[in-house]
Amino acid sequence: MEATLPLLILVLPLLMFLFLGLFGKFMSHKWAGIIGTAGMGVTMILAYYTAYLYFFSGNFVEDGTRVQYIVFNQDWLSLWGNLVIKLGFLLDPISALMLVVITTISFMVHLYSNGYMRDHHGVWETGFQRFYAFLSLFSFSMLGLVVATNIFQMYIFWELVGASSYLLIGFYYTKPSAVSASKKAFIVTRFADLGFLIGILILSFTTGTFDFMSLTSTPLAGVENTYIVDAATATTALETGAGQMFLGGSLMTWALVLIFMGGMGKSAMMPLHIWLPDAMEGPTPVSALIHAATMVVAGVYLVARLFPLFMINDDLGGAALDIVTVVGALTAFYAAVVACTQLDIKRVLAFSTISQIAFMMVSLGVSRPEVHDNLGYMASMFHLFTHAMFKALLFLGAGALIHAVGSNDYTAMHGLRKRMPITHITFLVGCLAIAGIIPFSGFFSKDEILTACFGNSIIAYVWMSMVAGLTAFYMFRLYYLIFWWKEHKVHEGHHAPKDQPWTMTLPLVILAIVATFAGFVPFGDLVTWNGHPHHGGINWMIASISLCVALLAIGLATIMYRKENPLPERMRHLFPNLWTWARNRFYFDELYMFITHKIIFNSICKPIAWFDRHVIDGTMDAFASVTNKASYAIRGLQSGNVQSYVWVYLIGAIVLGGGTVAVIFLFF
Amino acid sequence: MDFLNNFQLNSLMFLIPSLFMFCCGVYGFLTRRNMIAMLISLELMLNAVDMNFVVFNRFLCPAQMDGMFFTLFAIAIAAAETAVAIAIIINAYRIAKDIDVKDLTKMKF
Repeated sequence: MEATLPLLILVLPLLMFLFLGLFGKFMSHKWAGIIGTAGMGVTMILAYYTAYLYFFSGNFVEDGTRVQYIVFNQDWLSLWGNLVIKLGFLLDPISALMLVVITTISFMVHLYSNGYMRDHHGVWETGFQRFYAFLSLFSFSMLGLVVATNIFQMYIFWELVGASSYLLIGFYYTKPSAVSASKKAFIVTRFADLGFLIGILILSFTTGTFDFMSLTSTPLAGVENTYIVDAATATTALETGAGQMFLGGSLMTWALVLIFMGGMGKSAMMPLHIWLPDAMEGPTPVSALIHAATMVVAGVYLVARLFPLFMINDDLGGAALDIVTVVGALTAFYAAVVACTQLDIKRVLAFSTISQIAFMMVSLGVSRPEVHDNLGYMASMFHLFTHAMFKALLFLGAGALIHAVGSNDYTAMHGLRKRMPITHITFLVGCLAIAGIIPFSGFFSKDEILTACFGNSIIAYVWMSMVAGLTAFYMFRLYYLIFWWKEHKVHEGHHAPKDQPWTMTLPLVILAIVATFAGFVPFGDLVTWNGHPHHGGINWMIASISLCVALLAIGLATIMYRKENPLPERMRHLFPNLWTWARNRFYFDELYMFITHKIIFNSICKPIAWFDRHVIDGTMDAFASVTNKASYAIRGLQSGNVQSYVWVYLIGAIVLGGGTVAVIFLFF
Repeated sequence: MDFLNNFQLNSLMFLIPSLFMFCCGVYGFLTRRNMIAMLISLELMLNAVDMNFVVFNRFLCPAQMDGMFFTLFAIAIAAAETAVAIAIIINAYRIAKDIDVKDLTKMKF
């Protein structure tokens, strides 16, 4: 494959960013929006074409196995010896999948923002061009992340998506809550990235390479730049660190766990999830793009990218994969419980996102070669795909509601199903998909995940089924509270909520169609851990059980929230403590506040600040004041009288010259 | 005429006058108050140095002409420099109505 096409996929969004960022203020809002959207549209078509070539042209299949193909791999930073950092473009099943997901959602969001980023009178928001520039920057970074050929390139783009996420969360920078949310997101993920960096350093120091190919794949004989995922390479890579122990774990287990810590930060796994609900302060399209569909699954993608290492580590008795499972399982349950009690519809969706990403993590964690040949890996990627579609749909729907009503709170909505029919139907499709009702896409991917869990351990299966039930419950609670109940009266002089302009409804409709039919994609043929197609089909036993669980949960939600009734209140008084704790997100933020403010600030930062202010600054001030006083004292030397300068010069020259001559005569 | 026939040129015969010239220049530069006179002293020093170049070139390495050329360049540059100096002096005169260096002491702390 020529390098031009993939290179364009990366370069176009970058150029868009530069163009809109530098010249945006000279063009009208409308044209900035059109140019940004068109640029993303072209990128999307190119990405589709690349993915089509990869999956369907047959050039990338060798003996029935999908290969990994390096389109280009350029030296970017030569440090010394073999320490070279490269930037490249890796085409393999998951990166091709991610290209499609990212560009699709990004295009939908670009289109949608044309409508969302102005008020009911058609007045554009300030900084509209800046918004599009940042969206392009984000798309560029995310695309660079998924096609990374080595872990360092991934790290670079990982930080870039973090930075663009920061910029977009803080888009309304005059709002204090948005500013603090963006700082929180930046600091929490940066803290996690510290672990990621240490993990990269341990891993690459031990194995001597940054390259994914050298870690997990073997080159295909006779074909250039083509590789096949191979467990033997991963075994060799892991064995370079064999026998080195640290705090009860092998060195490689530590490296993988630390790398996973980076993924926990980005994918908002407990206990590093606290930034994601606050990140909802950003504009809703941003939440749909970054904090639901693409950036937050980067952690899942990271684990999937290094999956052979995790798998072999598990074989060799390491705990890395079990840690992924446990963290995922706890997070999934926690987030689902919290989502049942939140008021703000975007927060509900945020916690639902956390819970669903945890599903993907669990799915990777329970994936074992002996369980349907790593079904969990394929299920995780499948769920990533379907979740991106239906969660983006739900967020964009929520954006339409917020735009129409002017509040994030469901208590301000109620009964909107007649006023906003398109939003209602598409939102319902999203809810059905996430709840896992046949034939919507979530049903298929969730079924695969539960099958993988079942094959691994019955506990994981029961636990995750319970979470799936909770998912259905809180989504339909949200649905009923928004669209059913009794409508609020529209006051004089207020706009009645109604469906939004076509730029906003079209993405909803498209995504609803995708979310309905995405489950029928023959995913096992396309994306598996080693490229061998996997023909599993649906496990009807598990599928019917999970369907029943989902239907029961929806039924319960219908009873409780279909109409205004005292049942929820009664339930709440049945478990008052649980409800309060869940409403306050189990006090995680307060815990962090306590640790940072009370412990770290008082015991570490304050002494350091004192030292800085008095010792370091004091030394510097002393230098300055001594210099100042001394120069004041001797300033009379500069008299302005040229001839006195000449005298000084002459005497100096005689002394220096005479001194030199004297030294030469005396000592040589 | 015997004296004239045995006469041999010697570098000291040039270096001593040049040293004298240079010292005169330094003395004049330090003691004269008039800027034009200082400029003349400066030229005196410069010419003494030029003469040294020529002499050393002639007596140390007569095969090469570097010193001669250096001197020619130095003379040309000195001419330009004099023009600049005169311009400065004229401007100083316009401002201060005087070219006594004792009175031109504004550029100080």
